[in-house]
Amino acid sequence: MNIDDLLKNKGEWLKSTGPDSDIVMSSRIRLARNLADFPFSHWATKKEQEGVLKVTKEVIMASKKMKDPLFLEIGGLDNIDKQFLVERHLMSKEHMIDAENKGVVVGEEEIISIMINEEDHLRMQVMKSGFDLKEAWRIINDMDNEMGAALDFAYSVDLGYLTACPTNTGTGMRASVMLHLPSLVMTKQIGKVLQAITKLSLTARGLYGEGTEASGNFFQISNQVSLGHKEEDIIDNIERIIKQIVGHEKSARETLFSQNREAFEDRIWRAHGTLKSAHIITSNETIDLLSLVRLGVDLGLIKEVDRTMLNELFIITQPAHLQKMEKKKLTPNQRDVKRAEIIRERLGGG
Amino acid sequence: MMCDICSKNQATVHLTEIIDDQITEMHLCEECAQKKGAQMESHFGLSDLLAGLADLGTQFNSKTKSEAKIKCPKCGLTYEDFRKVGRLGCGECYSAFKDSLVPLLKRIHGSIQHYGKSPKKAVKVTKVKNELQELKDRLQKAVQNEEFEEAARLRDRIKDFEKKGG
Repeated sequence: MNIDDLLKNKGEWLKSTGPDSDIVMSSRIRLARNLADFPFSHWATKKEQEGVLKVTKEVIMASKKMKDPLFLEIGGLDNIDKQFLVERHLMSKEHMIDAENKGVVVGEEEIISIMINEEDHLRMQVMKSGFDLKEAWRIINDMDNEMGAALDFAYSVDLGYLTACPTNTGTGMRASVMLHLPSLVMTKQIGKVLQAITKLSLTARGLYGEGTEASGNFFQISNQVSLGHKEEDIIDNIERIIKQIVGHEKSARETLFSQNREAFEDRIWRAHGTLKSAHIITSNETIDLLSLVRLGVDLGLIKEVDRTMLNELFIITQPAHLQKMEKKKLTPNQRDVKRAEIIRERLGGG
Repeated sequence: MMCDICSKNQATVHLTEIIDDQITEMHLCEECAQKKGAQMESHFGLSDLLAGLADLGTQFNSKTKSEAKIKCPKCGLTYEDFRKVGRLGCGECYSAFKDSLVPLLKRIHGSIQHYGKSPKKAVKVTKVKNELQELKDRLQKAVQNEEFEEAARLRDRIKDFEKKGG
């Protein structure tokens, strides 16, 4: 497998098959781990980083948990390829910078991915379609057990896994779900929801993690606290809260539908119409309109579009994806034209 | 809509601030937003926030200044270095800066005791025995202080350890 093969395949999490996948797009768990014998990435010398890369890569590539894994050295990639991996949620934006000795390993169907030499030596991630944190935990826990048997992780009985940043100490775990909450946004209840979750030591972010703004009604909700609770309890806590948010979104959809049906349907069909006929479209407008169309599909209004295709459109209309499909650099204006063309093609427009 | 600060210009920038769980919306003109933006930028970023928390952690500590100069024996990082960047140097730093880090962790997580999984390789039996004694001491303390929830957790951990180490 090479990086271009990723473009041909679909990540498992895009398939929209898991539980509650009308509202929960994906579930993701990541674990931060460090080797006891090396300084943490930020303070390590080039030689030490090289050592970490060599030692961890060997163990990861020998693992049977990932069939036919793809290893990429970030320093050897051009900017479009790096951005492409970020758009697919296979690595963080931070991983693009100072790329020497940084690596990423991607497993089958992009379910497991591992960043090497990010803020921590290893950032292992499992991503699943729909609302399925328990399955994501089962997979990543297995992977971590195997890694922990072969590598000496920095760990203390008191404080658990020792990480570069004290916000990750303990379990080193961040569990998150990507929610699509258009009706809570439309009915202006989203502020209350986000306010409430911070009180329950959860945090909300945008589509691409830390420091990104929520766009197109998508919210990534994850645990804030990593120390003092068992992994299963942290996951259980998030699950309970997410179930409630999903319930609120469902009832907001019903309210909108019953109280102001014409206006509601009008917005959805106009979004569908614009996507089917636009010849120039920015990525922000695309996300906003795809969000409305997704809502129309969820409510059974739009029948000729399926959710998997919408999920895929969210990803392939991003700048680096467009440029990889075209196999050349495109200016922002050229991208807006190409984006509109791809959307029209997929949605069967003129 | 007019700017909330100068009330002279049209508001074109809409800011949402969260202070103490309270969400405030602000509508500002370009000029006032830039001033406000500069203010906000000067105290933003995770490392700055952490540095702020780390300061709080040592504020009641008379050793503050000498603490900042303590070096981790393994990687050579000082607490001051950590404070500036927000990233620790290695696993040993946690022991070297224990006096400052423990209050910081408590502030971030509300706890300083790990209850999650452990790696098969890193926990050595001798260490487990020492830690076991420490856990037992803590349990006694928790019971004395009538912190029963904490005591129950410690009891479960001791059970786990005895199973593993014994």
